[in-house]
Amino acid sequence: MKDLALRALDAASRAGVTYADVRAIETRDRDVTTRNGKAGNVSCSESQGIGIRALASGCWGFAATSDLTKEGIERAAALAIEIARSGAIAKKEDVALAPEASYQATWVSPCAIDPFSIPVDRNLAALLAVDAELRRNPAISLAETAMRFVWQRQVFASTSGSLIDQTRTTSGAGFSALCYKNGEIQKRSFPNSVGGQHQLKGYELVGELDLLRHAPRIAEEAVELHSAPQCPEGEFDLILDSSQLGLQIHESIGHPIELDRVLGSEANYAGMSFLTLDRLNHLRYGSEIVNVVCDARLEHGPGLGTFAFDDEGVPAQSTDIIRAGEFVGYMTSRETAAAVGEKRSNGCMRADGWARLPLIRMTNVSLLAGEQSLDEVMGADHAIYMETNRSWSIDDKRYHFQFGCEIAWEMRNGKRVRMLKNPSYSGISTEFWNACAAIAGREHWTLWGVPNCGKGQPEQVMGTGHGASPARFRKIKIGSAYGG
Amino acid sequence: MADSAEAIFGQVVDAARAQGVTEVEAILASDTSALTRFANNAIHQNVSERNTQLSVRAVIGGRTARASTNRLDRERIVSVVEQAIAITRLTESDSELQPLADPAAYPEVNRWFESTADATPAERARAVAEAIGAVEAAGQTGAGIYSTEESCFALLNSRGVNASYRETTARFSITAMAGDSSGWAKAGACDLRDLNPLELARTAARKASQSSAPRELPAGRYTVILEPAAVLDLAGQMFADFSATAIREGRSFLNDRIGKKVFGDNITIHDDASHPLQSGAPFDGEGVPRRRLTLVDGGVVRDIAYCRHAAALAGAAPTGHGFPLPNDYGETPANIVISGGDSSVEEMLASTERGILVTRFWYIREVDPYEKIFTGMTRDGTFLVEGGRVTAGIRNFRFNQNLVEMLSNVESLSATARASGEETFDMVVPAMKVRDFNFTEVTRF
Repeated sequence: MKDLALRALDAASRAGVTYADVRAIETRDRDVTTRNGKAGNVSCSESQGIGIRALASGCWGFAATSDLTKEGIERAAALAIEIARSGAIAKKEDVALAPEASYQATWVSPCAIDPFSIPVDRNLAALLAVDAELRRNPAISLAETAMRFVWQRQVFASTSGSLIDQTRTTSGAGFSALCYKNGEIQKRSFPNSVGGQHQLKGYELVGELDLLRHAPRIAEEAVELHSAPQCPEGEFDLILDSSQLGLQIHESIGHPIELDRVLGSEANYAGMSFLTLDRLNHLRYGSEIVNVVCDARLEHGPGLGTFAFDDEGVPAQSTDIIRAGEFVGYMTSRETAAAVGEKRSNGCMRADGWARLPLIRMTNVSLLAGEQSLDEVMGADHAIYMETNRSWSIDDKRYHFQFGCEIAWEMRNGKRVRMLKNPSYSGISTEFWNACAAIAGREHWTLWGVPNCGKGQPEQVMGTGHGASPARFRKIKIGSAYGG
Repeated sequence: MADSAEAIFGQVVDAARAQGVTEVEAILASDTSALTRFANNAIHQNVSERNTQLSVRAVIGGRTARASTNRLDRERIVSVVEQAIAITRLTESDSELQPLADPAAYPEVNRWFESTADATPAERARAVAEAIGAVEAAGQTGAGIYSTEESCFALLNSRGVNASYRETTARFSITAMAGDSSGWAKAGACDLRDLNPLELARTAARKASQSSAPRELPAGRYTVILEPAAVLDLAGQMFADFSATAIREGRSFLNDRIGKKVFGDNITIHDDASHPLQSGAPFDGEGVPRRRLTLVDGGVVRDIAYCRHAAALAGAAPTGHGFPLPNDYGETPANIVISGGDSSVEEMLASTERGILVTRFWYIREVDPYEKIFTGMTRDGTFLVEGGRVTAGIRNFRFNQNLVEMLSNVESLSATARASGEETFDMVVPAMKVRDFNFTEVTRF
């Protein structure tokens, strides 16, 4: 792999190229699912290729190929340079990069049990046991279970002299129960929708999730939702479980702090951001108890956004995004950092495999744990408590959002009074975070994985991490998804 | 591609036989694509990629599984076959698993064009520079993409299926931004000569100019005129439910609705892989020819798609809409054609006393899977229509709209066009004028 990366770098280091970097990547993955007592998608794949990024005539060019012969690599390098030069016809200024040191490093993510050492029949047996437990409830129409494992080794080499060898293993697992009855579909998932929980771990994650134990309750809730009353429409105090809060962070903080969005790079697709440059250090994003970081370091936790170096060779860092409610930081790259006069990138460039260009992507964007007990968070006079995301939508500047959850309960003085179906809430990002009244402590904090974040053209799908503990928000608009 | 696919498949069969396995299927997919992306009136991301993947599926005594690789030397081909067989043997036997498909004849389609396949970075850059020029001339800022792609696909199995297909695709999309407004236009075609980037840039710039100084309207129910991209991205959300597997599993909104009048009289929808404005292979993921389906006829739900497995369970014929096995979803229609009418966007505007013209929707997500309520935002060109004409741009709305209700409230339809959006694949759809569209909230721009 290192030889491959260095050969590609040599091929790209031609006259007129002011900078180049190469990522040689090998990936293996495995998917195992079940549906109603039968094996579903059982598959594995491997992929190897190189992506070459070259700066020539002041413009970027990128070419990726799976043809790793000498000719294939040279063709890709030449194409990257040809593409870069072609861009000069529509250039405003030369690309400039914030300075970064060069590094020689090897890093392997912690992995107690190699998931690829576990045979597929053991995966299936574990999932079929959960599936059977879900279908012990005769009202369940569809039981779905899933595991997913990914191993990736990447060698990054740059004309600045960096040579970085990183290996990451991620695992994911979860299940859901769907009940169709009388013209209504209700579904519950565990431990989260989007295929469950996903972390930078090995097979040990599957044991930690203890899926089987939760199956009867989840099936029962899916059925009970049919007889629950509709979530009311109006303004209520809202309590969110940590998985839903993780997605709330992702959409209403994570995306708007991407500096490439702010500067217009995503205007045609993912959109821009309400966090224009004049807002930095001048916007009260949330209440005083809201503290958010973007942290790719291992000490933050085993997140989908945890690594040692980003995909342009910048070491993992922790950046304050919201400090005591004040907006204080963006996620940057070497190019965007230079564009706004920052001395250095904070290391958020990530690519979806060898075939795609690195973009600014969330690493682990997390709400730091609060100081309240769970009882204090839950203990409002009257509130609605929602669990597990069902739908999510936000405008292209990330002001106005609407989320739906799988299940809710009406709460009075910290006690669940009744189950509610089809809950949803909506609002404006900054108004929502300024309404944050209580955040539970570290013992309730979970680093959730979002495995399906889309951005870029061609679209790239990235895994991101979001730590959160349950939190309460004052006077939030609830139920308008079913209004009108 | 066809020759190399057959040669590789020969190696796959030999490797499988060495493991005592005779039932084997291989998919060879090759893709070469390039995309020139621009923002702030300059090219800023400019990429290409090239990949070929071999995917092998074994069938052994009611068991099946798949292994894939993009390393195509003889050693890796043998390895991927062995891996497919090894994991297949570890799965549970399923008496309902279908044997491999038998050979069939496929309709002829020509969707490969040299003009697209041979497009160069310089050609894309020149077209982008010209489009940027049009937006800059209007005092605006442009962002967008110009992409070209060539893909080849071959599916072969040990029962003699030998299906191959190649296609080219070109896309141009542009967002023009003025001080407090924006406009958007996008098109896709198999032949890049059918695209007119400059015209799309002018359309986006005109929409941005027209929507400047947007007014804020209260949320509520409005008559809307949905341009084809808006129709596509919203109506396109429901077609995965026209699936026998989804219905059997209880996850489709068509449960208990087949054969019933669900939409308005003026809604007729086909799935037609041979339609001249469509794209995609004329066979499915198992090599079954795609049949033309009448999904909705005068508002009545008629046909649904069947993969071979779902067809066998239902005693029906497979329709050629199955995904490659194994998968979690069964099948889906993929070549949607919504029949048009005799109106036009101009006539829809002229006949509207008060309403809203929508260029596109954004971030559409399902709120309720059976009621088929979807939420999302308007974006890049939302206008107030008064007295038969556009009078102002407006701030963007959030909608929560029941699709069944929407397609029961269509007052008029335009002729059809191939439309491109961002929330689903290209389809052939008309513009629609719809009454009582449910906008529930307003955003800040």
